[in-house]
Amino acid sequence: MSNNHTGKVITANDLLNGDVVYINSQLKWALRLSDAKVFIDDASFEKALTHANKQQNEVVGIYSININLSETGIAPNHFREKFRNNGPSNYNHGKQSEVL
Amino acid sequence: MTQIISDSGFELPKEAINYSAWGNIIAGNVAIDIPSDADLNLLSGDLNRFKIIRINFPTFADGRGFTIAKLIRIRGYKGHIRATGYIIPDQYAMARRSGFDDVEISRSLAKRQTESEWLFRANWREHDYQKRVGFLR
Amino acid sequence: MYNYSEFDDAFIKERNYQFRNQVKRRVNGDLTEDEFKPLRLMNGLYLQLHAYMLRVAIPYGTLNSSQMNKLAMIADRWDKGYGHFTTRQNIQFNWPKLTDVPDILDALAEVKMHAIQTSGNTIRNVTADHFSGAAADEVEDPRPYAELIRQWSTDHPEFQFLPRKFKVSVTGSKNDRAVIHAHDIGLRVLHNDGKIGFQVIVGGGLGRTPMIGKVINSFLPEQDLLPYLEAIVSVWNILGRRDNKYKSRIKITVHEHGIEKIREIVDERFAEIKRSFSGVNKELFSEIKSAFLPSLLKLQGIGDFEFAYENDALFRSWVDTNTHKHKSSNYIIASISLKNHGETPGDATSDQMRMIADIAQRYSHDEIRISHEQNIILPHVHKSDLTQVFSLLKSVNLNTANIGLISDIIACPGMDYCALATARSIPIAQEIAMRFDDLKLEHKIGHIQIKISGCINACGHHHVGHIGILGLDRAGEENYQITLGGSATEATAIGERAGPGFSASTIVPAIEKIILFYLKVRLGEYESFIQTYRRLGLEPFKKILYPSVSKSF
Repeated sequence: MSNNHTGKVITANDLLNGDVVYINSQLKWALRLSDAKVFIDDASFEKALTHANKQQNEVVGIYSININLSETGIAPNHFREKFRNNGPSNYNHGKQSEVL
Repeated sequence: MTQIISDSGFELPKEAINYSAWGNIIAGNVAIDIPSDADLNLLSGDLNRFKIIRINFPTFADGRGFTIAKLIRIRGYKGHIRATGYIIPDQYAMARRSGFDDVEISRSLAKRQTESEWLFRANWREHDYQKRVGFLR
Repeated sequence: MYNYSEFDDAFIKERNYQFRNQVKRRVNGDLTEDEFKPLRLMNGLYLQLHAYMLRVAIPYGTLNSSQMNKLAMIADRWDKGYGHFTTRQNIQFNWPKLTDVPDILDALAEVKMHAIQTSGNTIRNVTADHFSGAAADEVEDPRPYAELIRQWSTDHPEFQFLPRKFKVSVTGSKNDRAVIHAHDIGLRVLHNDGKIGFQVIVGGGLGRTPMIGKVINSFLPEQDLLPYLEAIVSVWNILGRRDNKYKSRIKITVHEHGIEKIREIVDERFAEIKRSFSGVNKELFSEIKSAFLPSLLKLQGIGDFEFAYENDALFRSWVDTNTHKHKSSNYIIASISLKNHGETPGDATSDQMRMIADIAQRYSHDEIRISHEQNIILPHVHKSDLTQVFSLLKSVNLNTANIGLISDIIACPGMDYCALATARSIPIAQEIAMRFDDLKLEHKIGHIQIKISGCINACGHHHVGHIGILGLDRAGEENYQITLGGSATEATAIGERAGPGFSASTIVPAIEKIILFYLKVRLGEYESFIQTYRRLGLEPFKKILYPSVSKSF
């Protein structure tokens, strides 16, 4: 059986320091995509999104992204989100440089 | 009920005013509502027949009201101009400098944008760059 | 250069105090993000892909050594040790924290700098010819007028919530280095019959629908400048579309109503507004003007300049590419390239900034300019000091001799940083620069301008590049479209689209094909790329890029 799933994660930027964050299974904001909660069904996704939208004093710019879940972990489908999870390509800055 | 805000802060409630709508000016009415997309060239006659002109801000991002007020003043209006709608305290000085006499917001907006925040921006006569470079106030 | 008066200082102090309060209200929930966003934008603070971004204003691209030193300090203390200089002569810091920004603004205020109106639907930083006050071909220094416009537009009560952003640029030379035909308002300072006035151009702009500005007034008398500008913006504030943000800019308003109609309405509005204008305070303007007067110039010989030029090949190469004629014959304008091969266009480290500040203070009458081409200018270097300047630049790796050459690429930050981007631009710029350095063809190719934008908003000005590259998203992959024949000079031209886009791995080979073809067909080394393009047109270049397609014609 294939271990590949498609799903969604909810992401935003931390209000105070601008870091890219993802909502986790405790509905709190995590720095690592690998800690993100993957939503497969609409009901839990909608519930989490509603919760996230109430957290306007913690994060800004809340939206969802499509991801692929496999043995190697969570991977965003679109290259923009890959960059966003990684950091810029011209310097070793952003998440790629941080020990999280 | 709404909240009127002036240089001294939140005003006590006064009598309600009956404003004529833009497209339907009742003869003899001295109060008129102007929408943010009004074409002022369509308003005929001397504006000074109105005691109070109220200009609407449908969202705070719509800055047309400031220019409308300014134009009315340039064209010689001496009466009262009031800004109404979705306005935030950070726009108070802009409103006063553009020719508005005061601002009117809903009670619910006033709960979040408290009196102290409006008063914080009430010093509209200071730091006036446009006056500095030669524009009359 | 203009030094802030007490008024300016007090204004910024108050403004920073207001912003600190706005941040507090945002953090405690009194302001929603929707309400806070226009306020933070008005103070130059964006939210980008990885972090916040603070855009600091450098009015008309001019700053002094203490300001440059302060930018270096801010980079070290609150950012990651570098800054990015932009195509609008500003500087961007890519990693500030929201709660640090009030402190950063206070630090900027200490050297009379700010981030006011570098974002949002307001009148933005007024840009100017980066050779103002120095170039031999200048009729009048436009910067006193730029300063006047800056003051007039700052915190303007009517114009903080415009339909969209509004950009003004000024030049005082017939050779337009300020791209005035691609701005909402472009101004050229002129003399006519012994009087000073302006050619006023309106409705230029790049982005989704690039348009070249139209002349709304061929000679506006000096004293009418501010009320006339006020009339233009007032008319647009009312007429500019608010239903569709892609149709809001004044270029669309001019396009939809026609320049004649707009001129008519503006003239009417101008007549009204003039009544509320008492004229620019004479004292104020003479204070401003005198601040820009050419500083006392050294009267001495040019020292070892000529000897070094004859005998030091590296120095000569750098002088040939990186310097420009000064109006005073013993002086020279020196450009510092921020385009080292393989590095990020427009970036400078804090160490480099401090060296530039030091050089400027000692050897350029304490003046620095930022060009819209993302390079740094030392406007007033005495020729006798040039070898020393070159040596100091070498010590911090700022001596690349490539101004105006193929590796002097203009590139927006693109998807490496920008939340609006559809593709990355920096890696493409890096690859092109390295490729032609490897091929050792740069000097043979000569003058050419490549401009790269990472999305349709065209912050990299690709429309007016000799070669423009636009990065898009095609079926989930980065895809690069080429435009050819654009020009950012007074002969402003919008580039023509060559055809379907190229992938990230084929775009640089495509550029190479274009260049090799140019080298093959040019009429000798004195015909530049753009001249060859004007002579031959798009078709031959299209055939080179898309050989199989052309067979069907």
